[in-house]
Amino acid sequence: MKVDENLIKHIAFLARLELTDKEVKEFAPQLKEILESFKKLDKADTKNTEISLHPIPIKNRIREDETTACLSQDEALSLTEHKKDGYFKGPKIV
Amino acid sequence: MNPIEEKIRKINREYHYFNTIADDIEEQQKNSRGKLAGKLISIKDCICVKGMESTAGSKILSTYKPLFDATVVERIRAEGGIIIGKTSQDEFGFGSFNINVGVDFKVPLNPHDKTRVTGGSSGGAAGATLLLDNHIAIAESTGGSIVTPASFCGVFGLCPTYGLVSRYGLMDYANSLDKIGPMAKTMKDIALALTIIAGYDEKDSTSTNKEKEKYGAYLGQDIKELKIGVVKEFKQGFQDAVQKKFDEAIKKLQNAGAQIKEISLPLTTEYALSCYYIIATSEASTNLAKYCGLRYGYTEDLEGSYNEFFAKIRSNGFGKEAKRRIILGTFARMAGYRDAYYIKALKVRTKIIQEYKKAFEEVDIIATPTMPILPPKFEEIEKLSPLQNYLMDILTVGPNLAGMPHLNVPIGKEKNLPVGLLLTANHFEEKKLIQVGDWYERN
Repeated sequence: MKVDENLIKHIAFLARLELTDKEVKEFAPQLKEILESFKKLDKADTKNTEISLHPIPIKNRIREDETTACLSQDEALSLTEHKKDGYFKGPKIV
Repeated sequence: MNPIEEKIRKINREYHYFNTIADDIEEQQKNSRGKLAGKLISIKDCICVKGMESTAGSKILSTYKPLFDATVVERIRAEGGIIIGKTSQDEFGFGSFNINVGVDFKVPLNPHDKTRVTGGSSGGAAGATLLLDNHIAIAESTGGSIVTPASFCGVFGLCPTYGLVSRYGLMDYANSLDKIGPMAKTMKDIALALTIIAGYDEKDSTSTNKEKEKYGAYLGQDIKELKIGVVKEFKQGFQDAVQKKFDEAIKKLQNAGAQIKEISLPLTTEYALSCYYIIATSEASTNLAKYCGLRYGYTEDLEGSYNEFFAKIRSNGFGKEAKRRIILGTFARMAGYRDAYYIKALKVRTKIIQEYKKAFEEVDIIATPTMPILPPKFEEIEKLSPLQNYLMDILTVGPNLAGMPHLNVPIGKEKNLPVGLLLTANHFEEKKLIQVGDWYERN
């Protein structure tokens, strides 16, 4: 894998970020240096080791399917100017 | 103006510890009843306070006034705590020095020396804790964000076991690492705050359902027979001033009857930093995906396609370190690299947790310095590359990755700057941290 400015631009697109040329130039060598240092994990012996998504065991908890109090439609829409007829209004898709 | 509000505003003009200051302090004082009656409580900006602008230090959340209180805030209000405002931080918690503030935010200055950093990411919380009386700060840690600024500002800061304190209403940095915890000038206040905020919350699926403890019961004890581990790999190599204070602190604990035992954490030493930064940035890049300018926070006119609009909002709303971590985390989860980075890091994390668990079969507490250096000057930090910046977290990422509770204890000053001792205990053994921290404060 080549860590260069093209890779940074590709990742930025995936993450919906528009980076300036200056940021792309700055991030490329920094990402390269950081990823080099991450390579040391390759040496760690993790054969037959499970992953830990959390530091303590977490069990799935599901509540009863009952109606509880929640935000009203008006409240949920109160923090944005982008709304119409009780819905959020987004940018055009096509 | 209310005299407390006036004092906070004065401190803020000089040191930049608050992003928002409450305008109803007087009214809250009148109605303050409970275990926190009359106590001033500041809340880190990444924790939701109903009706008070809460931005996690980011422009992308500017104007956001939550419609609800985080569970910790609800519990504090129920005991009469007076919410004085939102403390400044690195944007979304992305930093160890609190210099990575969001676009248009001010960097907090160290209360001992304004040319130096407060430490991060809860820098405002730590500075305000030193300069305000009768005050407890509610802060948050992902990789060291409570103990690091507590150390650089010279106050107590406790990061609890993962899952002990509800994260409901916290703006996530990394879900599997984030913990909310208190900072204070005394261990009595730390114990009081923890007793109030800890405990099961059905709104947080990672909250642990355990019987509530009264942490004040562990104050006023001695430390005889307590086994304290010093880590072979983290015993020396620190800046001289830090080394001197750390050695003195260990001697003092030993003289009081604690058994000092050498332990080894080779995997943590070698892998914790890489492991932490891969997991933390992977989770951060997914958490930050929801900020797009439609439902709340910073926005602009609806122009262009979905992709163009979201990219514009996010590029104008996020600061540089947030962008850097989004890039890093997105990469670590990308098809083709996911197994080598993200999945590998999750496996190494298992090894690190096992290593800590094994160490706690031999000792009650692990002791290291909190930071390997004294609080640095701004100009010294500016010279560091991002990687060199991340390396400063070597002592704090281990306990955070393993979800172990840890405490910063101020152990005196060198060159007029505070040094901190980092105590780590096994899962849900906060009581031992309170016992030792309180003993140290009294002796």
